[in-house]
Amino acid sequence: MSTSVQSVVSQPYKYGFVTDVESDVIPRGLSEDIIRLISQKKNEPEFMLEFRLKAYRQWLKMAEPTWPNVNYEPINYQDIIYYSAPKQSEKLKSLDEVDPEILATFEKLGLPLSEQKRLSNVAVDAVFDSVSIGTTFKEELAEHGIIFCSISEAVQEHPELIQKYLGSVVPSADNYFTALNAAVFSDGSFVYIPENTQCPMDLSTYFRINNGDSGQFERTLVVADKGSSVTYLEGCTAPMYDSNQLHAAVVELVALDDAKINYSTVQNWFAGDKDGKGGIYNFVTKRGLCSGKNSKISWTQVETGSAITWKYPSCVLVGDNSVGEFYSVALTNNMQQADTGTKMIHVGKNTRSTIISKGISAGNSKNSYRGLVKVNPKAENARNYSQCDSMLIGDTSNANTYPYIQVQNNTGQVEHEASTSKIGEDQLFYFAQRGISPEDAISMLISGFCRDVFNKLPMEFAAEADKLLALKLENSVG
Amino acid sequence: MINPDAKTILSVKDLHASVDGIEILKGLNLEVKAGEIHAIMGLNGSGKSTFSKVLAGHPDYEVTSGTIEFNGQDISELEPHERATAGVFLAFQYPLEIPGVSNREFLRVAYNAHRKARGEEEIDVFDFDDLIEEKTEIVKMNVSFLDRSVNEGFSGGEKKRNEILQMALLEPSLAILDETDSGLDIDALKTVAEGVNKLATPNSANLVITHYQRLLNYIVPDYVHVMCDGHIIKTGSRELALALEAKGYEWLLEEQAVAS
Repeated sequence: MSTSVQSVVSQPYKYGFVTDVESDVIPRGLSEDIIRLISQKKNEPEFMLEFRLKAYRQWLKMAEPTWPNVNYEPINYQDIIYYSAPKQSEKLKSLDEVDPEILATFEKLGLPLSEQKRLSNVAVDAVFDSVSIGTTFKEELAEHGIIFCSISEAVQEHPELIQKYLGSVVPSADNYFTALNAAVFSDGSFVYIPENTQCPMDLSTYFRINNGDSGQFERTLVVADKGSSVTYLEGCTAPMYDSNQLHAAVVELVALDDAKINYSTVQNWFAGDKDGKGGIYNFVTKRGLCSGKNSKISWTQVETGSAITWKYPSCVLVGDNSVGEFYSVALTNNMQQADTGTKMIHVGKNTRSTIISKGISAGNSKNSYRGLVKVNPKAENARNYSQCDSMLIGDTSNANTYPYIQVQNNTGQVEHEASTSKIGEDQLFYFAQRGISPEDAISMLISGFCRDVFNKLPMEFAAEADKLLALKLENSVG
Repeated sequence: MINPDAKTILSVKDLHASVDGIEILKGLNLEVKAGEIHAIMGLNGSGKSTFSKVLAGHPDYEVTSGTIEFNGQDISELEPHERATAGVFLAFQYPLEIPGVSNREFLRVAYNAHRKARGEEEIDVFDFDDLIEEKTEIVKMNVSFLDRSVNEGFSGGEKKRNEILQMALLEPSLAILDETDSGLDIDALKTVAEGVNKLATPNSANLVITHYQRLLNYIVPDYVHVMCDGHIIKTGSRELALALEAKGYEWLLEEQAVAS
């Protein structure tokens, strides 16, 4: 029976094409010289080079983490290309001047960038391999005082903000991959929302890995000043290669007093083929700091891709009355491995956090939820609610839940609920006996299972996520 | 109701079926005509429930020989959902709980799958709501059950009522009630039986699988079959069920032993 269930959940990856562009590529490997080269290519001020070199020296002393519940061949860090950018002669004045091949790529991904075709309600920063290709609606946003640009541009144009906030939430030495990222990151997005400003449109970054030998090390920094709010969306795809590509990103969010940040991700990196060949290693550190009182950071993620996912979008709730949320759907199939979850660190008084995690495992995949809820000694009246549900499809997949709870203040209230369910033959037979095909049955079951999370996604994303899961689950029954 | 001129709905000939290589059905024969109610009785392990699952096409059971003709068509190669839309309905002994899927949505998708199979247009949410709320009256079900997840947290009686609601909606030509009486108190049993009786038409038939004759006081069968070791060993009228209740199954098995 698991063969019939299995065939329903396997759908070819449709973003696996490669774009033929001429690239500016630096030699493989990592050294101080390479880091100097990257910094020089980006024409960075001295403080950035120092930031990178310091991180690199720390990285040299660190070891790759082995505690995640994932297995992979050792990564040869000297075999990776740390910088790959499409060649362009001069600085572009408008997005319409971007290489038509690249514009066509984003259009094919459902993300037209040109003036006429771009989405009307979402501003997009498009990242291709190591660099940002362009950002839409910059001028319109600037009228509100909002800064939305690539992080490279922010280093040039707004060094005071970068110096103040870069690494303030995720220190370079936080872990092995953050140190690597800090040393070599090539691009990413920067957002600053000024005081008392509600961002008039959703902001988004779309990450595309194209080069088969390069890694992608992007860095995103979102700062919401007092009383402001912003919704941020992130999407990712990559071509199908036999080899594995490393994606080690860092995302930092800062919310000052009364500020709100919603950060949503639909991650659909290439997951490798059905035998586990190829695919992205997605080793990402995302953390939000609710530094101000009454601030709120909400992470929503739909993780469907990558050969290996290792990420724990977290909230550090420092401001009194601040709120952290984590809503996650992680779907793994075939040989995919995911070890994902969140950390909620309660520091301030009356801080609250909510965790809703839905893991779906099919095929021979391995899907683990790992989460930490920590209530510090001074966090009076902190509250947390966690719910972790796992769904198994077929008999050969694997689901695990590792909740860690540390409460150091006796006024804290922490609730944890967990469940495991299984889409098995009997359930599908019940649907079938009422005339509902196995494809439709699985899609109804999954959508029901994920509803709590999908409801939290911005509308365009919710539709996309539903479609994405349906696609992954579409196919006829064998 | 027996009408010799009625068309044949189900014709099962020399049916053998096994699960995990173990033969459970060993040469079963049965003919059911439109308008008829057949009861299948027998001890645990006689193959009654297996027979119902084989008719509905459960993938764990393999038909090794024999034929199942339904409304003149051999259905033994059809997928379970194709048999369902062709008009085979199985009311489950243990209806499954389906968290996250509302009863209303489940029923609507099921109903539209049947319409689609008949080449009819799917009906929209509003028309469906009118239709389903009318049907809930047949089983005296509170409409609030429509907005709960399918069978989740339902009592035994509510689950069985929900099965009959599905039957009322899908209007099958053959309804198989698999131990529908199990786990029901007498009031719930009456409600469920009344529902089934209301749904009886001259063009459809019911196959009632039961352990006890109690249910047959409310759903009165035209024929009673007794199953033993994978086939039907005796067929009679309603009196056979009453005799079984009075005397148990032993005498019948002994009679069989003597005969062979």
